[in-house]
Amino acid sequence: MTEEKIRILIAKPGLDGHDRGAKVIARALRDAGMEVIYTGLRQTPEMIVEAALQEDVDAIGLSILSGAHMTLFPRVIQLLKEKGLDDVLVFGGGIIPDQDVPELKRLGVRGIFGPGTSTDTIVEFVREEIRRHRAGEPRQ
Amino acid sequence: MSRSSPEQLAQGVLAGDPRALARLISLVEDEHPWARAALAILYPRTGRAHLVGITGAPGTGKSTLVNEMAKVYRRRGLTVGIVAVDPTSPFSGGAILGDRVRMRELAGDPGIFIRSMATRGSLGGLARATSDVVKVLDAAGYDRVLIETVGAGQAEVDIAKTAHTTIVVESPGFGDDIQAIKAGILEIADVFAVNKADREGADSTVTALEMMLDLNGTEPGRWRPPIVKTVAIRGDGVPDLVDWVEAHHDHLRDSGLLAHKEEERTRDELLALIQHELTQALLASLRPGELDEWVRRVARREADPYAAAQSIVHRGGR
Repeated sequence: MTEEKIRILIAKPGLDGHDRGAKVIARALRDAGMEVIYTGLRQTPEMIVEAALQEDVDAIGLSILSGAHMTLFPRVIQLLKEKGLDDVLVFGGGIIPDQDVPELKRLGVRGIFGPGTSTDTIVEFVREEIRRHRAGEPRQ
Repeated sequence: MSRSSPEQLAQGVLAGDPRALARLISLVEDEHPWARAALAILYPRTGRAHLVGITGAPGTGKSTLVNEMAKVYRRRGLTVGIVAVDPTSPFSGGAILGDRVRMRELAGDPGIFIRSMATRGSLGGLARATSDVVKVLDAAGYDRVLIETVGAGQAEVDIAKTAHTTIVVESPGFGDDIQAIKAGILEIADVFAVNKADREGADSTVTALEMMLDLNGTEPGRWRPPIVKTVAIRGDGVPDLVDWVEAHHDHLRDSGLLAHKEEERTRDELLALIQHELTQALLASLRPGELDEWVRRVARREADPYAAAQSIVHRGGR
Protein backbone atom coordinates (compact mmCIF):
# COMPACT_ATOMS: atom_id res chain seq x y z
CA MET A 1 0.00 0.00 0.00
CA THR A 2 1.24 3.50 -0.78
CA GLU A 3 0.85 6.30 1.72
CA GLU A 4 -2.57 7.73 2.35
CA LYS A 5 -2.47 11.08 0.55
CA ILE A 6 -3.99 14.14 2.15
CA ARG A 7 -6.71 15.53 -0.14
CA ILE A 8 -8.04 19.03 0.38
CA LEU A 9 -10.76 21.05 -1.30
CA ILE A 10 -10.04 24.76 -1.64
CA ALA A 11 -13.14 26.71 -2.54
CA LYS A 12 -14.16 30.28 -2.95
CA PRO A 13 -17.83 30.69 -2.04
CA GLY A 14 -19.79 33.88 -2.44
CA LEU A 15 -19.84 36.57 -5.01
CA ASP A 16 -16.58 38.45 -4.75
CA GLY A 17 -14.10 37.71 -7.52
CA HIS A 18 -10.79 37.70 -5.69
CA ASP A 19 -9.18 34.29 -5.56
CA ARG A 20 -5.52 35.21 -5.20
CA GLY A 21 -5.45 34.24 -1.52
CA ALA A 22 -7.12 30.90 -2.27
CA LYS A 23 -4.58 30.21 -5.01
CA VAL A 24 -1.63 31.03 -2.73
CA ILE A 25 -2.93 28.59 -0.12
CA ALA A 26 -3.62 25.91 -2.75
CA ARG A 27 -0.06 26.25 -4.00
CA ALA A 28 1.42 26.07 -0.48
CA LEU A 29 -0.55 22.90 0.31
CA ARG A 30 0.56 21.37 -2.99
CA ASP A 31 4.17 22.19 -2.16
CA ALA A 32 3.64 20.41 1.16
CA GLY A 33 2.80 17.23 -0.79
CA MET A 34 -0.99 17.35 -0.60
CA GLU A 35 -3.52 16.89 -3.39
CA VAL A 36 -5.54 20.07 -3.68
CA ILE A 37 -8.84 20.10 -5.51
CA TYR A 38 -9.36 23.67 -6.61
CA THR A 39 -12.91 24.53 -7.58
CA GLY A 40 -12.66 28.18 -8.48
CA LEU A 41 -14.88 31.17 -7.88
CA ARG A 42 -18.52 31.61 -6.88
CA GLN A 43 -19.17 28.21 -5.39
CA THR A 44 -22.41 27.67 -3.51
CA PRO A 45 -22.32 25.70 -0.24
CA GLU A 46 -24.18 22.90 -2.05
CA MET A 47 -21.50 22.74 -4.78
CA ILE A 48 -18.73 22.73 -2.17
CA VAL A 49 -20.20 19.89 -0.16
CA GLU A 50 -20.99 17.83 -3.26
CA ALA A 51 -17.39 18.22 -4.47
CA ALA A 52 -16.06 17.34 -1.00
CA LEU A 53 -18.14 14.16 -1.05
CA GLN A 54 -17.16 13.03 -4.55
CA GLU A 55 -13.50 13.87 -4.01
CA ASP A 56 -13.42 12.18 -0.58
CA VAL A 57 -11.41 15.01 0.94
CA ASP A 58 -9.93 15.19 4.42
CA ALA A 59 -10.41 18.93 4.67
CA ILE A 60 -12.17 21.93 3.16
CA GLY A 61 -10.56 25.36 3.11
CA LEU A 62 -12.86 28.28 2.35
CA SER A 63 -11.71 31.74 1.36
CA ILE A 64 -14.32 34.39 2.07
CA LEU A 65 -13.77 38.08 1.49
CA SER A 66 -17.32 39.18 0.87
CA GLY A 67 -18.46 39.53 4.48
CA ALA A 68 -20.90 36.65 4.09
CA HIS A 69 -18.90 34.31 6.33
CA MET A 70 -21.60 34.16 9.02
CA THR A 71 -24.02 32.62 6.53
CA LEU A 72 -21.67 30.62 4.27
CA PHE A 73 -19.68 28.75 6.94
CA PRO A 74 -22.74 27.61 8.94
CA ARG A 75 -24.48 26.48 5.75
CA VAL A 76 -21.47 24.40 4.64
CA ILE A 77 -21.19 22.82 8.08
CA GLN A 78 -24.91 22.06 8.19
CA LEU A 79 -24.78 20.41 4.74
CA LEU A 80 -21.73 18.36 5.73
CA LYS A 81 -23.67 17.07 8.73
CA GLU A 82 -26.66 16.21 6.56
CA LYS A 83 -24.44 14.17 4.23
CA GLY A 84 -22.70 12.41 7.10
CA LEU A 85 -19.45 14.19 6.33
CA ASP A 86 -19.01 15.78 9.75
CA ASP A 87 -15.52 14.29 10.10
CA VAL A 88 -14.22 16.59 7.34
CA LEU A 89 -11.99 19.34 8.71
CA VAL A 90 -13.24 22.85 7.89
CA PHE A 91 -11.00 25.90 8.03
CA GLY A 92 -11.14 29.32 6.49
CA GLY A 93 -9.45 32.54 5.67
CA GLY A 94 -10.15 35.96 4.31
CA ILE A 95 -11.55 39.06 5.92
CA ILE A 96 -13.20 37.82 9.08
CA PRO A 97 -13.58 40.22 12.04
CA ASP A 98 -12.18 38.99 15.37
CA GLN A 99 -15.55 39.18 17.09
CA ASP A 100 -16.99 36.55 14.70
CA VAL A 101 -14.25 34.00 15.32
CA PRO A 102 -15.55 32.48 18.59
CA GLU A 103 -18.99 31.86 17.08
CA LEU A 104 -17.50 30.26 13.94
CA LYS A 105 -15.30 28.01 16.08
CA ARG A 106 -18.28 27.05 18.18
CA LEU A 107 -20.06 26.00 14.97
CA GLY A 108 -17.16 23.75 14.04
CA VAL A 109 -14.80 25.82 11.90
CA ARG A 110 -11.50 24.51 13.25
CA GLY A 111 -9.18 27.29 12.13
CA ILE A 112 -9.59 30.88 10.95
CA PHE A 113 -6.63 32.55 9.30
CA GLY A 114 -6.66 36.26 8.63
CA PRO A 115 -4.59 38.31 6.19
CA GLY A 116 -0.88 38.09 6.90
CA THR A 117 -0.93 34.51 8.23
CA SER A 118 2.11 32.68 6.90
CA THR A 119 1.36 29.75 4.64
CA ASP A 120 3.60 27.60 6.86
CA THR A 121 1.21 28.16 9.75
CA ILE A 122 -1.72 26.94 7.66
CA VAL A 123 0.15 23.94 6.27
CA GLU A 124 1.22 22.93 9.78
CA PHE A 125 -2.33 23.36 11.10
CA VAL A 126 -3.79 21.15 8.36
CA ARG A 127 -1.14 18.49 8.70
CA GLU A 128 -1.45 18.27 12.49
CA GLU A 129 -5.27 18.22 12.49
CA ILE A 130 -5.37 15.44 9.90
CA ARG A 131 -2.65 13.45 11.65
CA ARG A 132 -4.66 13.61 14.86
CA HIS A 133 -7.86 12.65 13.12
CA ARG A 134 -6.30 9.65 11.35
CA ALA A 135 -4.68 8.49 14.56
CA GLY A 136 -8.08 8.65 16.21
CA GLU A 137 -6.90 11.23 18.74
CA PRO A 138 -9.47 13.68 20.06
CA ARG A 139 -9.28 17.16 18.63
CA GLN A 140 -8.08 19.95 20.86
CA MET B 1 -23.13 4.09 5.25
CA SER B 2 -20.93 1.47 6.78
CA ARG B 3 -17.27 1.39 5.91
CA SER B 4 -16.40 -1.57 8.07
CA SER B 5 -15.36 -4.03 5.35
CA PRO B 6 -14.46 -4.23 1.67
CA GLU B 7 -17.66 -6.21 1.12
CA GLN B 8 -19.81 -3.45 2.58
CA LEU B 9 -18.01 -0.82 0.55
CA ALA B 10 -18.59 -2.81 -2.64
CA GLN B 11 -22.26 -3.30 -1.75
CA GLY B 12 -22.52 0.44 -1.11
CA VAL B 13 -21.14 1.15 -4.58
CA LEU B 14 -23.60 -1.25 -6.19
CA ALA B 15 -26.45 0.30 -4.22
CA GLY B 16 -25.60 3.75 -5.60
CA ASP B 17 -24.18 5.26 -2.40
CA PRO B 18 -21.91 8.13 -3.56
CA ARG B 19 -19.91 8.14 -0.32
CA ALA B 20 -19.04 4.46 -0.66
CA LEU B 21 -18.05 5.16 -4.25
CA ALA B 22 -15.85 8.12 -3.29
CA ARG B 23 -14.24 6.21 -0.42
CA LEU B 24 -13.49 3.13 -2.49
CA ILE B 25 -11.87 5.28 -5.18
CA SER B 26 -9.52 6.69 -2.54
CA LEU B 27 -8.62 3.20 -1.33
CA VAL B 28 -7.92 2.16 -4.92
CA GLU B 29 -5.69 5.20 -5.39
CA ASP B 30 -3.82 4.50 -2.15
CA GLU B 31 -3.46 0.79 -3.10
CA HIS B 32 -5.09 -0.08 0.19
CA PRO B 33 -5.45 -3.87 0.77
CA TRP B 34 -9.24 -3.50 0.84
CA ALA B 35 -9.27 -2.14 -2.69
CA ARG B 36 -8.48 -5.46 -4.34
CA ALA B 37 -11.06 -7.33 -2.30
CA ALA B 38 -13.73 -4.79 -3.20
CA LEU B 39 -12.70 -4.70 -6.88
CA ALA B 40 -12.95 -8.48 -7.01
CA ILE B 41 -16.56 -8.26 -5.87
CA LEU B 42 -17.34 -5.49 -8.36
CA TYR B 43 -15.59 -7.10 -11.32
CA PRO B 44 -18.56 -9.15 -12.60
CA ARG B 45 -20.58 -5.93 -12.74
CA THR B 46 -18.06 -4.09 -14.92
CA GLY B 47 -17.80 -4.05 -18.70
CA ARG B 48 -21.07 -2.21 -19.32
CA ALA B 49 -20.01 1.42 -19.54
CA HIS B 50 -18.70 2.99 -22.72
CA LEU B 51 -15.28 4.40 -21.77
CA VAL B 52 -14.37 7.59 -23.61
CA GLY B 53 -10.90 9.15 -23.36
CA ILE B 54 -10.26 12.83 -23.96
CA THR B 55 -6.65 13.82 -24.55
CA GLY B 56 -4.68 16.64 -26.13
CA ALA B 57 -2.17 19.36 -25.38
CA PRO B 58 -2.63 21.66 -22.36
CA GLY B 59 -4.96 24.53 -23.12
CA THR B 60 -6.83 22.93 -26.00
CA GLY B 61 -10.04 22.92 -23.95
CA LYS B 62 -10.37 19.32 -22.78
CA SER B 63 -12.14 20.10 -19.49
CA THR B 64 -14.62 22.46 -21.13
CA LEU B 65 -15.31 19.84 -23.78
CA VAL B 66 -15.89 17.18 -21.12
CA ASN B 67 -18.30 19.55 -19.38
CA GLU B 68 -20.30 20.05 -22.59
CA MET B 69 -20.24 16.38 -23.54
CA ALA B 70 -21.61 15.45 -20.12
CA LYS B 71 -24.47 17.92 -20.64
CA VAL B 72 -25.30 16.35 -24.03
CA TYR B 73 -25.30 12.85 -22.54
CA ARG B 74 -27.55 13.97 -19.70
CA ARG B 75 -30.02 15.47 -22.17
CA ARG B 76 -30.10 12.05 -23.82
CA GLY B 77 -30.94 10.42 -20.50
CA LEU B 78 -27.57 8.80 -19.86
CA THR B 79 -25.57 8.98 -16.63
CA VAL B 80 -21.94 10.08 -16.70
CA GLY B 81 -18.90 9.36 -14.56
CA ILE B 82 -15.92 11.66 -15.08
CA VAL B 83 -12.30 10.98 -14.14
CA ALA B 84 -10.09 14.04 -14.62
CA VAL B 85 -6.35 13.50 -14.29
CA ASP B 86 -3.83 16.25 -13.51
CA PRO B 87 -0.10 15.92 -12.91
CA THR B 88 1.57 15.31 -9.56
CA SER B 89 4.54 17.56 -8.82
CA PRO B 90 7.72 15.49 -9.15
CA PHE B 91 9.29 17.60 -6.39
CA SER B 92 6.71 17.71 -3.62
CA GLY B 93 4.41 14.81 -4.50
CA GLY B 94 1.53 17.26 -4.24
CA ALA B 95 -0.87 18.30 -6.98
CA ILE B 96 -3.38 20.95 -7.86
CA LEU B 97 -6.40 19.34 -9.43
CA GLY B 98 -8.27 22.11 -11.20
CA ASP B 99 -10.49 20.46 -13.76
CA ARG B 100 -13.65 20.99 -11.71
CA VAL B 101 -13.31 24.73 -12.34
CA ARG B 102 -14.62 24.18 -15.87
CA MET B 103 -17.27 21.65 -14.82
CA ARG B 104 -19.23 23.79 -12.41
CA GLU B 105 -22.39 23.58 -14.51
CA LEU B 106 -22.56 19.87 -13.74
CA ALA B 107 -22.97 20.47 -10.01
CA GLY B 108 -26.11 19.23 -8.32
CA ASP B 109 -26.91 16.53 -10.87
CA PRO B 110 -27.08 13.10 -9.21
CA GLY B 111 -26.58 11.51 -12.64
CA ILE B 112 -23.02 12.83 -12.73
CA PHE B 113 -20.04 11.87 -10.57
CA ILE B 114 -16.77 13.76 -11.00
CA ARG B 115 -13.50 12.61 -9.54
CA SER B 116 -10.14 14.38 -9.86
CA MET B 117 -7.01 12.23 -9.83
CA ALA B 118 -3.33 13.06 -9.59
CA THR B 119 -0.87 11.05 -11.71
CA ARG B 120 1.23 10.13 -8.64
CA GLY B 121 4.36 9.56 -10.68
CA SER B 122 2.89 7.84 -13.74
CA LEU B 123 4.15 9.19 -17.04
CA GLY B 124 1.67 7.91 -19.61
CA GLY B 125 -0.93 10.65 -19.13
CA LEU B 126 -3.02 8.73 -16.58
CA ALA B 127 -2.44 7.58 -13.02
CA ARG B 128 -1.57 3.93 -12.36
CA ALA B 129 -4.92 3.48 -10.62
CA THR B 130 -7.03 5.17 -13.32
CA SER B 131 -8.24 1.99 -14.99
CA ASP B 132 -9.30 0.53 -11.62
CA VAL B 133 -11.07 3.76 -10.69
CA VAL B 134 -12.89 3.56 -14.03
CA LYS B 135 -13.98 0.01 -13.15
CA VAL B 136 -15.51 1.26 -9.92
CA LEU B 137 -17.54 3.88 -11.83
CA ASP B 138 -18.51 1.24 -14.39
CA ALA B 139 -19.74 -1.10 -11.66
CA ALA B 140 -21.61 1.79 -10.03
CA GLY B 141 -23.71 1.88 -13.19
CA TYR B 142 -22.62 5.04 -15.01
CA ASP B 143 -23.52 4.63 -18.69
CA ARG B 144 -20.56 6.62 -19.98
CA VAL B 145 -17.24 7.23 -18.26
CA LEU B 146 -15.29 10.20 -19.60
CA ILE B 147 -11.58 10.03 -18.82
CA GLU B 148 -9.67 13.29 -19.23
CA THR B 149 -5.90 12.83 -19.38
CA VAL B 150 -3.24 15.30 -18.27
CA GLY B 151 -2.29 17.85 -20.88
CA ALA B 152 -0.60 15.45 -23.27
CA GLY B 153 2.10 15.86 -25.86
CA GLN B 154 3.32 13.06 -28.05
CA ALA B 155 4.07 10.16 -25.75
CA GLU B 156 1.13 10.07 -23.35
CA VAL B 157 -0.81 7.34 -25.06
CA ASP B 158 -1.96 5.11 -22.16
CA ILE B 159 -5.49 6.36 -22.65
CA ALA B 160 -5.85 4.35 -25.86
CA LYS B 161 -5.50 1.16 -23.83
CA THR B 162 -7.94 2.21 -21.14
CA ALA B 163 -10.70 3.80 -23.24
CA HIS B 164 -12.89 2.27 -25.94
CA THR B 165 -13.02 5.53 -27.86
CA THR B 166 -10.26 8.13 -27.72
CA ILE B 167 -10.90 11.74 -28.65
CA VAL B 168 -7.77 13.75 -29.47
CA VAL B 169 -8.42 17.46 -29.01
CA GLU B 170 -6.52 19.91 -31.17
CA SER B 171 -6.90 23.63 -31.43
CA PRO B 172 -5.77 26.09 -34.09
CA GLY B 173 -2.22 27.31 -33.95
CA PHE B 174 -0.62 24.25 -32.42
CA GLY B 175 2.27 23.29 -34.67
CA ASP B 176 2.50 22.86 -38.43
CA ASP B 177 1.81 20.04 -40.88
CA ILE B 178 4.85 18.08 -39.84
CA GLN B 179 3.54 17.78 -36.29
CA ALA B 180 0.58 15.97 -37.75
CA ILE B 181 2.63 13.18 -39.30
CA LYS B 182 4.77 12.47 -36.26
CA ALA B 183 4.05 9.30 -34.38
CA GLY B 184 2.27 9.26 -31.07
CA ILE B 185 -0.84 10.93 -29.85
CA LEU B 186 -2.41 11.56 -33.27
CA GLU B 187 -2.24 7.87 -34.04
CA ILE B 188 -4.46 6.93 -31.13
CA ALA B 189 -7.37 9.14 -32.16
CA ASP B 190 -10.69 7.50 -32.94
CA VAL B 191 -12.27 10.92 -33.23
CA PHE B 192 -10.60 14.32 -33.62
CA ALA B 193 -12.06 17.44 -32.09
CA VAL B 194 -10.70 20.69 -33.48
CA ASN B 195 -11.74 22.91 -30.61
CA LYS B 196 -11.81 26.72 -30.52
CA ALA B 197 -12.90 26.39 -34.14
CA ASP B 198 -14.07 30.01 -34.20
CA ARG B 199 -10.43 31.07 -34.17
CA GLU B 200 -8.29 31.81 -37.16
CA GLY B 201 -6.46 28.78 -38.46
CA ALA B 202 -9.12 26.20 -37.60
CA ASP B 203 -9.61 25.26 -41.24
CA SER B 204 -5.90 24.72 -41.82
CA THR B 205 -5.74 22.50 -38.71
CA VAL B 206 -8.59 20.45 -40.17
CA THR B 207 -6.82 20.29 -43.54
CA ALA B 208 -3.55 19.15 -41.93
CA LEU B 209 -5.37 16.37 -40.09
CA GLU B 210 -7.25 15.33 -43.23
CA MET B 211 -3.97 15.09 -45.13
CA MET B 212 -2.44 13.00 -42.39
CA LEU B 213 -5.42 10.65 -42.48
CA ASP B 214 -5.18 10.43 -46.28
CA LEU B 215 -1.58 9.23 -45.90
CA ASN B 216 -2.84 6.36 -43.76
CA GLY B 217 -4.63 5.02 -46.81
CA THR B 218 -8.08 3.53 -46.83
CA GLU B 219 -9.25 0.00 -46.44
CA PRO B 220 -12.85 -1.06 -46.69
CA GLY B 221 -14.36 -1.53 -43.26
CA ARG B 222 -11.62 0.39 -41.49
CA TRP B 223 -12.66 3.26 -39.25
CA ARG B 224 -11.48 6.63 -40.51
CA PRO B 225 -11.37 9.05 -37.57
CA PRO B 226 -13.82 11.87 -38.22
CA ILE B 227 -12.73 15.46 -37.58
CA VAL B 228 -15.31 17.49 -35.70
CA LYS B 229 -15.09 21.25 -35.26
CA THR B 230 -16.20 22.44 -31.83
CA VAL B 231 -16.39 25.63 -29.84
CA ALA B 232 -16.70 24.00 -26.44
CA ILE B 233 -17.22 27.22 -24.51
CA ARG B 234 -20.52 27.70 -26.40
CA GLY B 235 -21.31 24.02 -26.82
CA ASP B 236 -21.11 24.34 -30.63
CA GLY B 237 -20.41 21.07 -32.41
CA VAL B 238 -20.53 19.02 -29.22
CA PRO B 239 -23.73 17.07 -30.02
CA ASP B 240 -22.06 16.17 -33.32
CA LEU B 241 -18.93 15.06 -31.45
CA VAL B 242 -21.01 12.88 -29.15
CA ASP B 243 -22.79 11.35 -32.16
CA TRP B 244 -19.42 10.35 -33.61
CA VAL B 245 -18.29 8.87 -30.30
CA GLU B 246 -21.46 6.78 -30.23
CA ALA B 247 -20.96 5.80 -33.86
CA HIS B 248 -17.45 4.64 -33.05
CA HIS B 249 -18.75 2.50 -30.22
CA ASP B 250 -21.31 0.91 -32.56
CA HIS B 251 -18.53 0.29 -35.06
CA LEU B 252 -16.40 -1.45 -32.39
CA ARG B 253 -19.30 -3.58 -31.32
CA ASP B 254 -20.51 -4.54 -34.79
CA SER B 255 -17.05 -5.32 -36.15
CA GLY B 256 -16.08 -7.52 -33.21
CA LEU B 257 -13.29 -5.12 -32.31
CA LEU B 258 -14.84 -4.36 -28.95
CA ALA B 259 -14.40 -7.96 -27.80
CA HIS B 260 -10.91 -8.01 -29.28
CA LYS B 261 -9.96 -4.78 -27.52
CA GLU B 262 -11.34 -6.09 -24.26
CA GLU B 263 -9.21 -9.22 -24.56
CA GLU B 264 -6.10 -7.16 -25.30
CA ARG B 265 -6.75 -4.98 -22.30
CA THR B 266 -7.41 -7.99 -20.10
CA ARG B 267 -4.20 -9.64 -21.28
CA ASP B 268 -2.15 -6.53 -20.39
CA GLU B 269 -3.85 -6.28 -17.04
CA LEU B 270 -3.40 -9.93 -16.21
CA LEU B 271 0.27 -9.90 -17.20
CA ALA B 272 0.85 -6.81 -15.07
CA LEU B 273 -0.83 -8.49 -12.11
CA ILE B 274 1.18 -11.69 -12.60
CA GLN B 275 4.36 -9.64 -12.75
CA HIS B 276 3.41 -7.82 -9.57
CA GLU B 277 2.49 -11.03 -7.72
CA LEU B 278 5.65 -12.84 -8.78
CA THR B 279 7.85 -9.92 -7.83
CA GLN B 280 6.23 -9.64 -4.42
CA ALA B 281 6.52 -13.37 -3.79
CA LEU B 282 10.12 -13.46 -4.93
CA LEU B 283 11.17 -10.45 -2.86
CA ALA B 284 9.45 -11.95 0.17
CA SER B 285 11.44 -15.15 -0.27
CA LEU B 286 14.86 -13.45 -0.22
CA ARG B 287 17.08 -13.36 2.85
CA PRO B 288 16.84 -10.02 4.68
CA GLY B 289 19.34 -7.68 3.08
CA GLU B 290 19.96 -9.96 0.10
CA LEU B 291 18.56 -7.49 -2.42
CA ASP B 292 20.65 -4.68 -0.92
CA GLU B 293 23.78 -6.84 -1.22
CA TRP B 294 23.07 -7.36 -4.89
CA VAL B 295 22.40 -3.66 -5.39
CA ARG B 296 25.76 -2.78 -3.82
CA ARG B 297 27.65 -5.35 -5.84
CA VAL B 298 26.08 -4.23 -9.11
CA ALA B 299 26.63 -0.55 -8.28
CA ARG B 300 30.33 -1.26 -7.62
CA ARG B 301 30.52 -3.16 -10.92
CA GLU B 302 31.40 -6.40 -9.11
CA ALA B 303 28.44 -8.05 -10.81
CA ASP B 304 26.38 -7.12 -13.83
CA PRO B 305 22.64 -6.45 -13.41
CA TYR B 306 21.64 -9.18 -15.90
CA ALA B 307 23.43 -11.95 -14.02
CA ALA B 308 22.22 -10.53 -10.72
CA ALA B 309 18.58 -10.64 -11.84
CA GLN B 310 19.01 -14.18 -13.21
CA SER B 311 20.61 -15.31 -10.02
CA ILE B 312 17.94 -13.74 -7.81
CA VAL B 313 15.09 -15.21 -9.84
CA HIS B 314 16.50 -18.71 -10.12
CA ARG B 315 17.93 -19.04 -6.65
CA GLY B 316 15.30 -16.85 -4.96
CA GLY B 317 15.06 -17.63 -1.26
CA ARG B 318 17.66 -20.36 -1.24
